[in-house]
Formats: sequence, C-alpha cells, structure tokens
Amino acid sequence: MSFAHTVLGLLENGPAHGYDIKRVYDEHFGLDRPLHYGQVYAALARLLKKGLIEVAGTEAGGGPERKRYAITDAGVTDLNSWLSTPEAPQQYLQSTLYTKVVLALLAGRPAADVLEVQRGAHLKTMRELTRRKAGGDLAEQLICDHALFHLEADLRWLELTAARLDELAEKVTT
Amino acid sequence: MSAAGAAAPSPAAGESPGGTLLAARGLAKSFGPTTALHSASFDIDPGEMVAVMGASGSGKSTLLHCLGGIVRPDRGFILYQGRDLCAMPESARSGLRRSDFGFLFQSGGLVPELTCLENTALPLRLNGVGRRSAEARALERLESLGVAGTARQRPGEVSGGEGQRVSLARALITEPAILFADEPTGALDSLNEERVMRLLVDVVQRGSTAVVLVTHEARVAAYADREITVRDGMTRDLAAGAAG
Ligand SMILES: Nc1ncnc2c1ncn2[C@@H]1O[C@H](COP(=O)(O)OP(=O)(O)O)[C@@H](O)[C@H]1O
Ligand SMILES: [Mg+2]
Repeated sequence: MSFAHTVLGLLENGPAHGYDIKRVYDEHFGLDRPLHYGQVYAALARLLKKGLIEVAGTEAGGGPERKRYAITDAGVTDLNSWLSTPEAPQQYLQSTLYTKVVLALLAGRPAADVLEVQRGAHLKTMRELTRRKAGGDLAEQLICDHALFHLEADLRWLELTAARLDELAEKVTT
Repeated sequence: MSAAGAAAPSPAAGESPGGTLLAARGLAKSFGPTTALHSASFDIDPGEMVAVMGASGSGKSTLLHCLGGIVRPDRGFILYQGRDLCAMPESARSGLRRSDFGFLFQSGGLVPELTCLENTALPLRLNGVGRRSAEARALERLESLGVAGTARQRPGEVSGGEGQRVSLARALITEPAILFADEPTGALDSLNEERVMRLLVDVVQRGSTAVVLVTHEARVAAYADREITVRDGMTRDLAAGAAG
C-alpha cells in the first residue's frame, strides 16, 4: 500500500498540519502501531516535490510542523486514479509452509506434525483475534475480520494438505 | 446389561477431575459396517465453551448425539455431574435432556405450525409450565436475542438468521447446564453467523451454561475457549498435540 496515497487521501477533506494528519491516521488505521512524525513529513515532502500537494499557509516560527498542506488538482487526479485501480490480488505462490512440508517429507520427518503444529498456532491466533474483535469498535472489528478470513484460508489449506500428505509423500520421495 | 463392555473403560470413583460437568471416555459407535466413533473422549467444565472440529464424516455429530444422550454409544461411558448417562434408563435420560440439556442444530428444528413464540415456549410447556408463564418467559428470551418481532410469525415467515436466533431462544429457555450446538451457523451468511455466535458467547459469559460447539469452520471455532479435533472417529486434543 502506498502510504503517500493515504496521506493524500486524508488531505482531500481539507488542508491540514502534519500533526492533524498523524492524529486522523492513527484514529482510523493506527491499530497496532501509531505513526512516527518522520513518516508523515517524509511523505509530505515527496508529495510536495511531485506537485500533488502545496503549502497552504505557514504560521510564525517556521519548521515543517508550522505548515498547513493542501491537495492540488493534480493530487486529486492522482488520488482518484489510485482509488479506482484495483490492488493486484496476492498470488501466494511462495509458501514457507509448503517448503517445510516437502523438506520434512524428503528427510523422512513427521510432516503431519509440521501441519498440526501450524494449525494449532493459527487457531490460537484466531481465538485471540475473535476475542479482540468482541471488545473493539467497528473499525477494529473489520480489521480483525480481514485477518481472520485470511487465517481461515491458510487453515483450509493446512487441512487439505494434511488430507493429501500420503499422496504428496509418494510424489516427492520417488 | 451394562453399556460398558469388559475391556472398555468404565467410570471409577474420583476419575473425573473435580468440577467437570460432563466427562466421556472411550466412546465407540458403529452404524452397521460404518464406525462413526472409534475412541472418543471429552471433558467440559461448567460455563465453558468447547469447539469440536473435524472434517465432514469424522464423527462430530455422532459424538454430540452421544454426549447429549440422544444416541447410546456401543462402548465407553459418559458421566454427567457424576451420573453415568449410558447406564440410565431411557426415561431418566430423556428427562435430563429436557431439564438440563439444550439443543441447537443447523436448521429445521422449529415446528412449522407453531408461532415463533409458541416454539420458544415449547420446552417449558413440555416440562409442565403453564401457557401464560411459559410464553412470558419465551417473549423475554426472544427480546434478549433481538427477535421479539418474530413472536407472532411462523418459522416459514422469518429469515434464516432470525429463525436461528429463535432456535437459540428455545434451546436456552430452560436455562440448561449444557447447550449442544451442531453446526449452528452452517446455513448462515457471515453477518448472521457473527450475530448468532456473539449471542452464544454472551450467554456463556452471563450464565453458567456450557456449550459444546460442533463446527468444521475455524472462524466459528475461534469463539470457543478451546477446541478438540475429531479425526476418523478419534478425538484429539489439539492443545496437547501441539504443545510437544
Ligand atoms: N444414523 C446413521 N446411520 C448410518 N450411518 C451414520 C449415521 N450417522 C452417522 N453415520 C455415519 O457415521 C460417520 C460419522 O458421521 P457424523 O457423526 O455425522 O460425522 P460429522 O458430523 O463429523 O460429519 C459417517 O460416515 C456417517 O455416514
Ligand atoms: Mg455433522
């Protein structure tokens, strides 16, 4: 995800100081790790250079924290094209877990245990996220759901692979 | 004849740890040539929610039916509050099912000719509670689950999500010590699944009802305090399996 685009998007509501941007960002997206000011100012500098934002006013005292930034027409166009372009669906074709399973099979180790231990870890995390979701506001719920659906997909793969382990063993060891 | 064979495990004094509400050991059940349960064990404490996971056909529903006293296992024993379910006469077992157990299935458990209110009140009526008092309590239950609006409707006239909440109201109306839920959200979309599961968790947290939650879905199982897995008719405690 482009962080600069997120900053640009937050500026579409109206001019703001770097501090306001950080505050609004943390409110919506800073669930696990709040932003550093450095990240905000680095993004603002990049957007300024590209002409996607401009300085809308400077208060006495100087320094970047005194400046208010506003989105430009070019910025609005750029933001619009970013929002309307779909994110490339992740391919997930490089799987550490698959590698571990094959290596275990090749070495004659109990590959089923690799899958089972992973399944336990996934279920534990899913329980934690479910509990966290119950105590959270809508934003937190939706973010936890996103994670839960992904972990569920992993689990389904783990179960399918466990069910086809003998088949796979035969294929990789002959 | 005792349900437990000579070589099968049998209940011994002090065997189940103190505080356990329901304990089962070495359950086996066959249907003709099909072995549905091979050797299944299970424990649940009061107020605990335990998910029973496993692939389709692994024996989850058979385990639930045995634990709930609906099906008698061929071997093994089930202690409910220290009493052996398998050794009880059927009349005692069905009494227990009505007074202490609640059941919630995937769908279709409601009587189509009765209103949702009458359906919810039904377990109380069967236990001899008068109509007015039973229906007053039923209405309270429906209200607490957010489906009081269905009271006068028949099950065929309400949505799947509402129907399942009415079924939950009915399952809880007798304030059972254990609720047996078999794929309770299996026919629901994600949003209604979440509603029903949250209500279930609420019930467990507020009262002391324990829940045996059969599901093949990890997202649903994640609402439970812990899970066990059934594979080829054998139970496996995941936490114990993954710890080593
Ligand atoms: N009443 C029955 N008659 C015959 N076979 C049954 C009956 N109930 C279950 N089985 C069989 O027992 C096995 C386990 O079934 P079940 O407990 O329903 O599994 P699950 O709920 O995990 O899908 C399956 O092979 C199923 O076909
Ligand atoms: Mg089943």
